[in-house]
Amino acid sequence: MTYRDAIREAIRKALRADDRVFLMGEDVGRYGGCYAVSKGLLAEFGPERIRDTPLSESAFVGAGIGAALGGMRPIVEIMTVNFSLLALDQILNNAATLLHMSGGQFNVPLFIRMVTGGGRQLAAHHSHSLEGWYAHIPGIKVLTPATLEDAHGMLLTALQDPDPVLIFENALLYNMEGELPADAGPVEIVHATVRRPGRDISVITYGTSVWKALEAARGLAEKGIETEVVDLRTLRPLDDGTLVDSVSRTHRALIVDEGWRSGGISAEISARLTEQAFYELDAHVQRLCGAEVPMPYAAHMELASIPQAATIAAAVEGMVRSHG
Amino acid sequence: MMERDHLLVLLRQMILIRRFEEKCAELYTQQKIRGFLHLYIGEEAVGVGVIQALRAEDTIVSTYREHGHALARGMPAGSIMAEMFGKQEGCSRGRGGSMHLFDAKTRFYGGNAVVGGGLPVAVGLALADKMRAQQRVTCCFFGDGAVAEGEFHECMNLAALWKLPLLFVCENNRYAMGTRLDVSHSQTDLSKKAAAYCVPASAVDGMDVLAVEDAAKSAIQRVRSGEGPYFLECRTYRFRAHSMYDPELYRNKAEVEEWKKRDPIPALIRRIEEDGTTAEPDVAQIERQVAKEIEEAIAFAESGTWEPVEDLLRFVYSERPA
Repeated sequence: MTYRDAIREAIRKALRADDRVFLMGEDVGRYGGCYAVSKGLLAEFGPERIRDTPLSESAFVGAGIGAALGGMRPIVEIMTVNFSLLALDQILNNAATLLHMSGGQFNVPLFIRMVTGGGRQLAAHHSHSLEGWYAHIPGIKVLTPATLEDAHGMLLTALQDPDPVLIFENALLYNMEGELPADAGPVEIVHATVRRPGRDISVITYGTSVWKALEAARGLAEKGIETEVVDLRTLRPLDDGTLVDSVSRTHRALIVDEGWRSGGISAEISARLTEQAFYELDAHVQRLCGAEVPMPYAAHMELASIPQAATIAAAVEGMVRSHG
Repeated sequence: MMERDHLLVLLRQMILIRRFEEKCAELYTQQKIRGFLHLYIGEEAVGVGVIQALRAEDTIVSTYREHGHALARGMPAGSIMAEMFGKQEGCSRGRGGSMHLFDAKTRFYGGNAVVGGGLPVAVGLALADKMRAQQRVTCCFFGDGAVAEGEFHECMNLAALWKLPLLFVCENNRYAMGTRLDVSHSQTDLSKKAAAYCVPASAVDGMDVLAVEDAAKSAIQRVRSGEGPYFLECRTYRFRAHSMYDPELYRNKAEVEEWKKRDPIPALIRRIEEDGTTAEPDVAQIERQVAKEIEEAIAFAESGTWEPVEDLLRFVYSERPA
């Protein structure tokens, strides 16, 4: 089973279990989903519940908000994170705001899925990692599943949430193979998790970078460096406790984020570690982030724009070997 | 007699809105009301006529110029006034203010202050009703300014494509803040834009409450019968500035005075008196009742309480399960 299959399976379960649930977005029906996530669902559930939309991001995201207010549980698919900017008015000014602005009267159980991340030579309109931006917004939750179990379970959890939830699926993960337990269901979305324990340093990351960090950690282990890999899972709200615990054991932290460095989620995490675990740190917190350029097309340039296992390993080694 | 009673109901609502807002302007200069304050004065016939044609189970999505809609919908004047005072007894607990009135009880989904931002939400509310086989109509108010927004065009298409039970009410007051219609639209006949998306459309004199009510009734009947959305353009005019900050440099006084001759309130009084009877005692009684209602609303707002600052972070996320 792939990550893609795990998401499809969760959507199918949700559609079967709750007749308020429906999927809408560009090419989710007849085309089968831009990334084939919803392939086959139209035949099973029909065009009312697997609803193709025109290329009108603002209108169909806003329609998701209205449908949620009207008692439905919409799953809104946005083809790619860059396109979500066309719907930012609805996400920020309505979805994230209505509950507060109405004095608690109108909650918005809207669930949006979108594709994020680079690595496919799609250049600057299809490759960015803007989930950190979204994590800036109070009123929404931002989830970044790295595993099949999370991709499947977070979706089911998101549909039970009374408030807007955004899930960012990194496109490079869709073909990742894995196992899903037969009894897989909703997963908690409150905590970060340690994907690999280690005593020397905490690499804090999410999404595809979790796998790159794990690959780096395997290589580093051969050199005697034990790297702890922490998967954030949820970017908003951040689970400070797990991060502080990890850093309190390893005393070093490297934050790896495909997103841009300036003003990014990595800066936020670094600040929190400084605020909450300053005296646990044996070295200053370091960050390995996406280069501050619009994503280039050429493969070697794109590769250089995004943290890779080798650059993570080099950064870790540099931190652990140096004293301070 | 029945008809006269009905006309008096409409008259009472328009006078309530007019006097309420005149009071708001006064309270604004006294700094009891702060922020932006957009008055509906001159446009009362639109909200009153349209909302009169709706049922209690129907839904309203509105704009930042929505006091008139809220009052016509039957939201208590006190809860609106308290909201503008910033008190927690206000309809949005003081979290919204003048531009963001909300009321679940009357299915009033706000006060949206991003021009055009309410349209997609209205599309979704109507979609939910259609998918759940509810016999409701969603009524979405917006101005001529919103028609220039991309969201308007996206929503016309979507509503028509999905045949949603949605009444679009365009309050065309000829100015998007200070920009005149013909300065911002290549096609100033706005109903043609809706028609281009296969949304049936018509325009009505928005200074004539009976014409608006009639037009809204037949539009709503079509929408309710499952024929899909309808676009009703109400041609109207705001007598006051865009907001309390607006020095009105973009239009001349003569134009405003010309429109004031078409004030919907005296026009309705003349209509009532067409049968030769005087409306004077009725008007006097309405004015007395309305004055009392507004006085009570202000007293309610004055005696309201400030939400404790400790509650600041409430309502960012739900406090109840889904």
